[in-house]
Parts: sequence; structure tokens; C-alpha cells
Amino acid sequence: MPYPFVYTMQKKKILLGDEAVAQGAIDAGISGSYAYPGTPSTEINEYVRSTEKGKIHCAWSPNEKVAYEEALGHSWAGKRALIAMKHVGLNVAADPFMSSAIAGINGGMVLAVADDPGMHSSQNEQDSRCYADFAKVPCFEPTDQQEAYDFTREAFDLSEKNNIPVMVRLVTRLSHTRTIVAVGAKRKQNSLRPARDNKRWTVLPAYARRMFKEHLAKYDSLQKFSEKRSSLSLRGKRLGVIASGIAYNYLMENAPKDISVLKINFYPLPMKSIEKLAKHVKKLIVIEEGYPFIERQLNRFKIHGKLDGTLPLTGELTPDIVRKAIGMKAHPGRKASSLLKIRPPRLCVGCPHASTYDVINGVKKRFPKLRSFGDIGCYTLGALPPYNAIDTCIDMGASIGMAKGAVDAGVRPVIAVIGDSTFTHSGMTSLLKAAKENTDMTVFILDNDTTAMTGGQETLANDQRLVDIVKGLGVDERHIRVIDPVPTRLKENIAIVQKEIPYKGLSVIIPVRACVTMVKKR
Amino acid sequence: MKCDIILAGVGGQGILTLSYAIVNACLDEGYNVLQSEIHGMSQRGGAVYAHLRISDKKIYSDMIPKGRADIILGTEPLEALRHLDHLTPEGKIITSSVPVKNIIYPDEAKVLDELRRHGALLLDSTDLARKAGSIKAQNIVMLGAVSRFLPLKTLKMYIKKLFSKKGKEIVKINLLAFDLGLITKCWEI
Repeated sequence: MPYPFVYTMQKKKILLGDEAVAQGAIDAGISGSYAYPGTPSTEINEYVRSTEKGKIHCAWSPNEKVAYEEALGHSWAGKRALIAMKHVGLNVAADPFMSSAIAGINGGMVLAVADDPGMHSSQNEQDSRCYADFAKVPCFEPTDQQEAYDFTREAFDLSEKNNIPVMVRLVTRLSHTRTIVAVGAKRKQNSLRPARDNKRWTVLPAYARRMFKEHLAKYDSLQKFSEKRSSLSLRGKRLGVIASGIAYNYLMENAPKDISVLKINFYPLPMKSIEKLAKHVKKLIVIEEGYPFIERQLNRFKIHGKLDGTLPLTGELTPDIVRKAIGMKAHPGRKASSLLKIRPPRLCVGCPHASTYDVINGVKKRFPKLRSFGDIGCYTLGALPPYNAIDTCIDMGASIGMAKGAVDAGVRPVIAVIGDSTFTHSGMTSLLKAAKENTDMTVFILDNDTTAMTGGQETLANDQRLVDIVKGLGVDERHIRVIDPVPTRLKENIAIVQKEIPYKGLSVIIPVRACVTMVKKR
Repeated sequence: MKCDIILAGVGGQGILTLSYAIVNACLDEGYNVLQSEIHGMSQRGGAVYAHLRISDKKIYSDMIPKGRADIILGTEPLEALRHLDHLTPEGKIITSSVPVKNIIYPDEAKVLDELRRHGALLLDSTDLARKAGSIKAQNIVMLGAVSRFLPLKTLKMYIKKLFSKKGKEIVKINLLAFDLGLITKCWEI
């Protein structure tokens, strides 16, 4: 279909980029939406939940790997499924992602991944287009919210037509910008038609070898489609720009005169268009948000971009950075103020985590050598003043495994601090092993009844259920201590924890109190 | 017509609520609009901002380039000052004069002085919100104050819509907060 699309029964809606993806998937006829919350991707499944609950299966998954596998089973059954996650979530889901690419799909399956260049709310800047290329999965990269809607819809068609999962790659600014989007009518959901060809769904080496070959051929054949989804405008010969996704906006914002532009919205790359542009112009610049992903694939051309310093290698692009790269003068403006002080995020007033950190810091007075392994959530803010209570924070669930490794090496005393949602995401298996070895450490599982940092999504295990899981993993019941993290109980809580620290085995402290911000919202 | 606005404040001050009314009014009145938001970690009591772009032509970038913002609308003075390098030489600053001191704050008088030197219109949003009936309505006071520079006519309708779930009294308070923001001669403060 030629782009832009025109829909029958077109309506206008105000949508975030994330919401446009969700609406696109809903209108493409999904029956399942699977996700684990993570900024900047959370609003995708939030939107499905707020508009389609009861019609589309859309409960939160414990982690991205499970979400992906649930979606894959949904697709196996013949129905369409959407999976949403942030960029680092795809590390967790990488195992099923890589192999399902080879096996293919049945009902249409689209994976929306939101990258976070500039690290607004993330621990790294990894570029999901590298994963798409790694698995040889086709990838759409929308320029704006309208394209986010259009391309998500189209991604389901492409997925079903070619029997392949399809990625839609977003970035923070696209995910979290709200604008007016034209949407079309909703397509019917697929009926149940489970896959029959069990050989194709079983990646035994003998089967997988053949399928991998076919998979690579299928991926290469999508280059033709890529030419259709890119647009080439050949004008002046002085400068040619290859701009992908949101980078195209920053280029056009500067309204450069008389340059030739290739707008890229799909991978594999449209090599014919790239060659045409390269032949037409004297100088070629690649502008892309994230890694120099396109740039590295074009090393047979003389290219300017992130690798030669024309554009910065880290951080997110801005219209100003792009302006400079294409040789235009900065706009006249005002000087930044010299009075500025940074205002970092902090735990909310009345946050139960704050009370837990007061307990930990109280215990530290008695055990000054205590080391503390942190995790990902609001409680990561315990690393900042006034608490300074965390020594590490690497990835989801790392606290328990790292704490155990440090104990194995001989460090004492050691604690791990992890939230309830992060614990069910990927802390449980580490605790299983620590329980088996009765590792000499104390694990804090902060139960605030929600996934708070991403806006308060429901979690899978709280209160008694959480205690039961910890018991079930093999932790000695006498060393599971539930406390109420409130300032008025500081002394008694410190006393409880101080008894567990010297115990030569595994203790689990569960501070239970609902997130203060969620309580206010209810 | 183009109007590029930077909304600046502290997490929890209701910047997104304020821009909701503007974005909806734009759709109603036939303008193109883009509004970028900040979510996640940056929200928790830290500095927050949103870029809001209104135009009768196609808008490309979700971010306003440096030196191109027509208005900085602050719900906190230091946060308004933070975005100075985005303002055009002719641009306007409209900001609450009430500081949020959850950090080691720079000299308050110096902050306000620098804002005044840049021609800022300062407004005691706490006092006006209290007069309207609720200190929570400070964001709507600021919406009223900026509305004199916007081409939009339907903002009040969206304030009604926004607060209708919370009851008639809250709607009344916020409509009054809007009017107080609009009619107060902020440059006299």
C-alpha cells in the first residue's frame, strides 16, 4: 500500500506515541497484549488496559521473557498479539526473541520496544535496532506519532504475510509526545486456529538449520518493501542526508534548503535508494537516534556521522545538534543562567522506602562494615543523599545474586534491597539458590503493593502471598521477618534487623506498606 | 501562527494537567499541536518540563530548538530560569514567584532579579490559588496567566471537563483560579 494511508471511517484522537502504537495494534485486531512496565514503554499496555479490558487479554506479565512467550503462544494459537517493553527489557526477552524469529509465527506478532537515548529513566542507551538485526527480524522506525499508529497496524499485516515477528522501534521523545493522530476502523480479531506444523515450531538442530537458511532469505527479500517505506527526495548535489525515525524531524525542523534527503523508516535498509542518493551528492551525512547503526552498514561509502564526530556518539539528538551537523548557524538566543542548581528526583514525602532506609542506616551504626546491594525501582533513589544507603544497582534482580556472590567471596555483613515487583521479575531464582546454600546474608523485599516508578501497575505477589513464595523457595520461616516501615516504629524495626544480621544464614526482611503516592490516587 | 511554550516546574505541580487543557483546545480549534512529557524517574519531586508547540503549519520536532521558544511558563521560578537558553530574544517568561525549596536553593532574591531582568511576569500563584479556594489550583492560575498570549478560546471548557469528575466545587475553584491568573497584572508583583 502506498504511504500515507487513508482510512475509511477516519477519526482524530489525541495520543501519546505509546498510545498510538497501542491503538494501531488494537485496530489491527489483536486479542492479546503482553508487557512488563518500563519507562518509556509503559503507556502502551496501560492504554490497551484502559480502553480494551475484557475484550483483549492485557494483564501485566512478571517479566519481558514471560510476556514474549505468552505472546508467542497466543500467536501459535492463531491470534494476534502485541508485546511491549523498554530497551533493556529485550535483554530479558532475548532468548525467545532470537529463536522465535527462526521458527516464525502463526497469528500476527509485533514487538514494540522503546529505547531511551539520553537515559532519562534507564541505565544504558542500547539501540534495539541492533537486536532486530541480530535476530534478522524486520523493524519499523516511525518518525512521528501518526506513523507509530500506521506502521504498527501495518507491522501486523507484514508479520502475518511473511510469517515473522516484527519489531517497532520507538525512542523516548516519540513515545512521550502527545499529538493529534488520525485513526481508522478496528479490524476483527482472528479466530482460533492453532498451528499444526509441529516441526516448524520445534527448533531441534536438524529442523532449525534448514529454517535458519530460509529465515535469512526471507529477511533479505524484505528489502523491496523497505524501498517502499522510505522516501527519497533528490534535490541539491552539495549535501545528502540519510535520516531515520525521529532524526528526520530534527532535520526538517531546521528547514535546510536545497539538500537531498532519504527518510528511512524500515530495516533491512533500502540499499537501492541509498545508492541513488550516494551517487547524486558530493557529501553524505547519516543522522540517526541511538547507535551508529545505519552508518556502520554503509562503510563502503564515504559517510559522515557519529563515527567521525560530525554528531555525538552518546546522548540523544536535538534539533540544535542536527542544525550544527548540517552546517547551519545556531539561532540567536539568551545565555543560560549562572544561578542554576540541579534538582534531582527524590523519594516522596511519607514513602515507606524512606523508612526502610532509615532502618538500614540505623543498623549500619552497629555494623559499619555492612554492604548493600540495590536494585531497580523507586528505592534506587536510596543511593542518593540523604540516604546514601546503596552500594550497587546494575539491572533488574541483580541485588540478590550480586549480594550472594560477594558473600561467597568473603564479604560480611551483606544485605540486598529489592522491590516486590522486581523480586517477581527476576529475583526469585537467585533467592532459590541462596536458600539452598543458606547464604549468610539478609535480603530486604520492599512490599509496597505496586510497581511504583512506572506509575503504579499491579504486581503479582504481595502480603501473605509474597511471604508464602519466600517460604516456598526454601527460606527458614524463623528468619522471615515482616516489618511495618513507618517512622514511629524505627527503633523496634532496627532491633529486629539487628538480630538477623549476625545470624549465619539467610534472613529475609519484608517491610510491608502501600506506596504513599498510590494510596493518594485511590 | 506558531507558539512554542516550555512548561517548567517541579514533579507533582500539575504541569501535565495544565497542558492537557491546551492540547485539547488545539484539537478543537484546528491547530496542530505537539506536547512532549517527562515520565518515570525524573518525575519524583525533581525538575520537570514539557515542550508544547502550537502552529497552523506542520510541526516537525517534538523538542523546541534553543532560541526558538516564544514563552516559558513556570510553576516555580528557578525551574523557569533553567530554560532561558531556549527563549527567543523577544520571548516572554511567565512564572510563579513561589519557590519550591526541596534542594539547597540559590539566593531567592537573585533568582527573581534575574527573571525580572529578562522581563519576566511574576505571579504569586499560591496566594491566588488560595483566593480561588484551593492551594492545589496553582497550575490553573498559571494557565490563566499564560492564556492572554494564546490564540485559544476553549480553554475554560476543558478545565470544566478536566475536573468534572471531582465535583462542582472543584470545577468552580479551578475556573476562578483561571480567571484570577488571567486578570492579575502580574508585572506589578
